[in-house]
Amino acid sequence: MSLATVVVGLVQLALVVVGGPLLLGLMRRVRSRLEGRDGPAIAQPWRDIAKLAHKQRTRPTESSWIFAAAPLVLVATAATVAALGPLISLTPPLAASTDFIAVIFVLLVGSVALALAALDTGTAFGGMGASRALTIGALVEPALLVAVLALSLPLHSTNLVAIVADGLRHASVLVGPSHLLALASFIVVILAESGRLPVDNPSTHLELTMIYEALILEYSGPDLALVTLGESMRLAIWLGLFVNLVAPAGIAANATAAGLVLGVVAVTLKVAVVGVVVAFFEVTTAKLRLFRLPELLAGGFILALLGVVTGAVMR
Amino acid sequence: MTTFANALASAAVVVTVGAVVVLWRHRLRSIVVALAVQGVALALTAGLLAGHEHDRVLFAVALLVLAVKAVVIPGLLARVVAATPGARETDPLVNVPASLVVAGLLTLAAFIAARPIVALVGGPTGRLVPLGLATVLIGFFVMVARRRALSQVVGLLLVDNGIALVAFLVTSGVPVIVELGSSLDVLFGVVVLRVLLARLTAAGFSDLDQLRSLHD
Repeated sequence: MSLATVVVGLVQLALVVVGGPLLLGLMRRVRSRLEGRDGPAIAQPWRDIAKLAHKQRTRPTESSWIFAAAPLVLVATAATVAALGPLISLTPPLAASTDFIAVIFVLLVGSVALALAALDTGTAFGGMGASRALTIGALVEPALLVAVLALSLPLHSTNLVAIVADGLRHASVLVGPSHLLALASFIVVILAESGRLPVDNPSTHLELTMIYEALILEYSGPDLALVTLGESMRLAIWLGLFVNLVAPAGIAANATAAGLVLGVVAVTLKVAVVGVVVAFFEVTTAKLRLFRLPELLAGGFILALLGVVTGAVMR
Repeated sequence: MTTFANALASAAVVVTVGAVVVLWRHRLRSIVVALAVQGVALALTAGLLAGHEHDRVLFAVALLVLAVKAVVIPGLLARVVAATPGARETDPLVNVPASLVVAGLLTLAAFIAARPIVALVGGPTGRLVPLGLATVLIGFFVMVARRRALSQVVGLLLVDNGIALVAFLVTSGVPVIVELGSSLDVLFGVVVLRVLLARLTAAGFSDLDQLRSLHD
């Protein structure tokens, strides 16, 4: 692991940590504007995090170390993927072992930690949220893995960096039907996994309809600040990986200073555009009933499966 | 991979995805829209083949397919749907997630079953035959698993579109007279079914399972 790759990793980490809450703020702002409200400033999530970090920490009396550790696990797993994934450059640290499936499972460790923490509180809403979140997680998994299979078919490799690099070299891969189907499935997965509409309403105040919000009801103060930061980092990572699979243009092929600056600008712009599109979609759509979620996720699964079949017949 | 092969594969995939969307969506309006998109993709497949082979007759066939399968037939069905706005496939015999899984299995079955044909035809066109076969199988499944009369008509049309896709891919275009014959056959079939559907809707039936006895 050379010094240059370490620099790339640190820049990516800094970008995701700073940019994650800003992305959240941007999406909230766009939603407010489309709903005819002025909305909070884009930097508002950062102000919330700074405010929460200074507040007193209260934890449920019956909770164990799991509740205390979950926010740290969430942020740590997100930070790992932020540093190692191909976000601004094709030369992140440990590029040879950035397996797509491993990246997904590292991110899932964070989700599972939060669900366990919600169970640990012993409250009804926490348990309900954990049950729903894990159900959705189990339904997302097949779609995600089959989409990864479709994306890795042309290369015979599940190395994420190699897949993005291949898209940069051969534009024909990007417009191939197999790739497009896999990405269509991937976006369903991202919406479900990051708790956006139509799967979950991130701005709900009604506990009975909550999924991800119910998981973190008991968190307060610095813990809540960490959870908010971790969730926004995960959203930024999912969207960052997505845009680089859709259109890797602008990503730095090697770790020169100019290349990295261009890479940062490119991925920031692309993620911002996708974030605005997602926010626009969220305003125009309604939350699906919980019992209809399997239909949506089965749809994502079948798109990915068609992607695999198409990829296999085109070879 | 050439641009032609990519474009042809994309068009063929849209035909199959259209069939999956018919299974996926509840609203009858969405189902008819999916059918229309599928018709456009089918015409595009024929048009791409015509451009590749420099075949004017095939181009005429593509225009015919576009007119009949993307405009006229969906238009006729859309008028039936307009009579009962907001109509939905409320209670299918096989629920949506299960039917999507079945569609996946059917696609895999088509992929395996079509291997001899793929080996026989070869080239960028022959490789896509499994997608046509999958469309045919999914169309049959729609006819079996859906209650609404309109959904079953759409299932029949999916079968027809799948057969047309296989025909285009295997033979690189069918003679115009054959295509004319089959398209008009389907068109007349749909006209008759449309009248029947309108009568059924007017009589208050749209669930074919309710029709149990005959009377004058």
